[in-house]
Amino acid sequence: MITEIGHFSLLLALALAVVQASVPMMGAVRGDHAMMRCAVPAANGQFILILIAFVALTYAYVTSDFSVENVWMNSHSAKPMLYKVSGVWGNHEGSMLLWVLILALFGALVATFGRNLAPSLRARVLAVQGAIGVAFLLFIIVTSNPFIRLNPTPIDGKDLNPLLQDPGLAFHPPFLYLGYVGFSMAFSFAVAALIEGRVDAAWARWVRPWTLAAWIFLTCGIAMGSWWAYYELGWGGWWFWDPVENASFMPWLAGTALLHSALVVEKRDALKAWTVLLAIIAFSLSLIGTFLVRSGVLTSVHAFAVDPERGVFILAILTFFIGGALVLFAWRAPTLRPGGMFSPVSREGALIINNLFLTVACAAVFIGTLYPLFLEAITGEKISVGAPFFDMTFAPIMLPILLAAPFGPFLTWKRADLRGTAERLLVAIAIAVFGTISVYAALDGHGPYLAPIGIGLGLWLVAGAFSEILWRVKAFQVSFGETLRRAANLPRSQWGTTLAHAGVGVLVIGIIGVSAWKTEQILEMEPGDQSVIADFTVTYNGLVPRRGPNYDETVAIFEVVREGKLIGAFESSKRFYDVQRMTTTEAGIISFFFGDLYVAIGDDGPRGLTVRLWFNPLVPFIWFGASIMALGGLLSLTDRRLRVGAPRRALLHSKVQQKATT
Amino acid sequence: MMSGRILMMVFLCVFFLLPEQTSAVQPDEILQDMKLENRARAVSSGLRCLVCQNQSIDDSDAPLARDLRLLVRERLVVGDSNEDVVDFVVSRYGEFVLLKPRFGWHTALLWLGPLMFVVIGIFSVFFVLRKSYGAVPEPLSQEEKQRLSKVLGSVSE
Repeated sequence: MITEIGHFSLLLALALAVVQASVPMMGAVRGDHAMMRCAVPAANGQFILILIAFVALTYAYVTSDFSVENVWMNSHSAKPMLYKVSGVWGNHEGSMLLWVLILALFGALVATFGRNLAPSLRARVLAVQGAIGVAFLLFIIVTSNPFIRLNPTPIDGKDLNPLLQDPGLAFHPPFLYLGYVGFSMAFSFAVAALIEGRVDAAWARWVRPWTLAAWIFLTCGIAMGSWWAYYELGWGGWWFWDPVENASFMPWLAGTALLHSALVVEKRDALKAWTVLLAIIAFSLSLIGTFLVRSGVLTSVHAFAVDPERGVFILAILTFFIGGALVLFAWRAPTLRPGGMFSPVSREGALIINNLFLTVACAAVFIGTLYPLFLEAITGEKISVGAPFFDMTFAPIMLPILLAAPFGPFLTWKRADLRGTAERLLVAIAIAVFGTISVYAALDGHGPYLAPIGIGLGLWLVAGAFSEILWRVKAFQVSFGETLRRAANLPRSQWGTTLAHAGVGVLVIGIIGVSAWKTEQILEMEPGDQSVIADFTVTYNGLVPRRGPNYDETVAIFEVVREGKLIGAFESSKRFYDVQRMTTTEAGIISFFFGDLYVAIGDDGPRGLTVRLWFNPLVPFIWFGASIMALGGLLSLTDRRLRVGAPRRALLHSKVQQKATT
Repeated sequence: MMSGRILMMVFLCVFFLLPEQTSAVQPDEILQDMKLENRARAVSSGLRCLVCQNQSIDDSDAPLARDLRLLVRERLVVGDSNEDVVDFVVSRYGEFVLLKPRFGWHTALLWLGPLMFVVIGIFSVFFVLRKSYGAVPEPLSQEEKQRLSKVLGSVSE
């Protein structure tokens, strides 16, 4: 019964989405306020209905209702409750339902908090959002319905893939979706603005918080995914340039560029057409990512051709929205009048450099990810594009941004003083150079020779970011109390920028550290055997059997000693899952500030247990850096200027200006 | 080629940034000569495990990946250079096995594409900046100049 309520709600949501996509748009054209206003209840209603559907599916999972095909395929009665709930989105149908739920959530948020938007703009934004909803709800109902019943009801389910039975599943996909579905907001605002033919500071103020929120979620989502892969896959890799990772990374790059260019629109009324284009691109990349992952095209072009129903459907959605938005852009963008002028050396100039290289980096990832698919589709030739390609192209493109980032926040709008800025950054330059030299000296002639420069680059970003704050609070120039007072008065967005840029620096240091100085040992150990790695002595204490909720595991216990002192014990295990009859390896990790000690076991043979030990220097900095970046975004989001209500003043202001000019 | 189970697993894992779980190089594969072993690792990390999703043979525990790892080591022990080994593997399995595709007509766009974007990007930025900076605002009219001097005059008084 509850399943049918969910199913019915989903159909109703589709009907409401059709209303939301059409009526307000017509109202906006005719200037009919009643029709425009209907977008609000439609958006809220659509969200509530999809929420009901989602809760209904979750209920079916929690109660292990195997008469629902989707539950039978992906769940089992003995599965722990956490994975029964998170298992809802651990499969194609359920994850698409989560996708539209989040889409509708953003629509409802605009409907609720958008009261101070111009009525016609709000109506159009919600209509575009509704249209995306129609497309994906239709996709779910036609090709991926999670509410299909089975008759007769099977006795028990087939269980969830053991690799997904991890707390990571509870957080990673929702965050990822909140991120890249969140960019739909920027997209809807961009399309609405193109239809209206008006992009101004008020528009940018509306777009920025949504983009920022989506960006924070996506940053967290990608970082969590990377960490999950790191501890779950059992060999300490943290980024694979896998097409699936790239699918979430490309919207992130475009979104990061969008955040920066929207700043120029907001403050200087320039770069308007470009910002609108970026908003379209960011969400288009999210759609392309959804297509890549959901159509099966990645496994092989042929796999896609064999079962093309879903893929063709998403491809059609993709063509309609991306193509439509780009055509609209080509048609309407010339009407957007370019705004304020500026010198090449200025805040605007710096933000353009940021945009240039972020976009090109995104393009490089795009080419690398899609090239093999196109080549195979056109010539039938199969090639692989893997990590070596991306390392070679992506890193050099990012270098100019990393070098330039500390300069940006120092520069003034319109025209800036580059020499003065360089002088203010002298301390940061000194720290970076000193860091490079001391790392080089500490290596004592051992390679890789680029690594010290990489560490210096990371230090440069961190020191450069904080130099700006120190300069703004006039540290060491005025009394300490005055400095504190100034620090407290700095807008939060200023702290946000500093933290986000410093976070990038920390991330860079982590990446360089683990890539350059990772050490590894592969050996066979008998109980009592010892091995030395970095400055740790690891002793293998033997195997212990253990029973989990739905698996049997064999646990290897290791003891770690450093400089004669016992640090602790850690374990790695092999789990055998009852239902899926599949073995997984659980790695053991001891985290220190300066690196991770990582162990994963292999098979137990006649000459002992296969043990892989790694010391991954600085690897925690990667996730630490990403967290700092997200925290910076969060601080910026809470800035008074971006809070709801602020745009009203801007809107009034622009209206007054309009009146003044007419 | 792929069995149904692997395909299903790939399909499931793929969305959640999870490639297959691996354990890779086995202790019995490791060569005594550390120099050769390091070269073997370097070569392996550039060769694709043919039955996996975007994994090098160095990271994969598929049986085929192990065979290839052993093959690479065999050739190195015989005295092949790194390039010889790669050429040999490519001659057997085709260019699909290379994680870094070779430059050629079929990959020209792949390798030159990013570079092309950099060049186009720099040109268009240059163009935009020049238009923005080069546009000198219209000089003040006589009337505006008078108003300006009036305002300035009132300030200095």
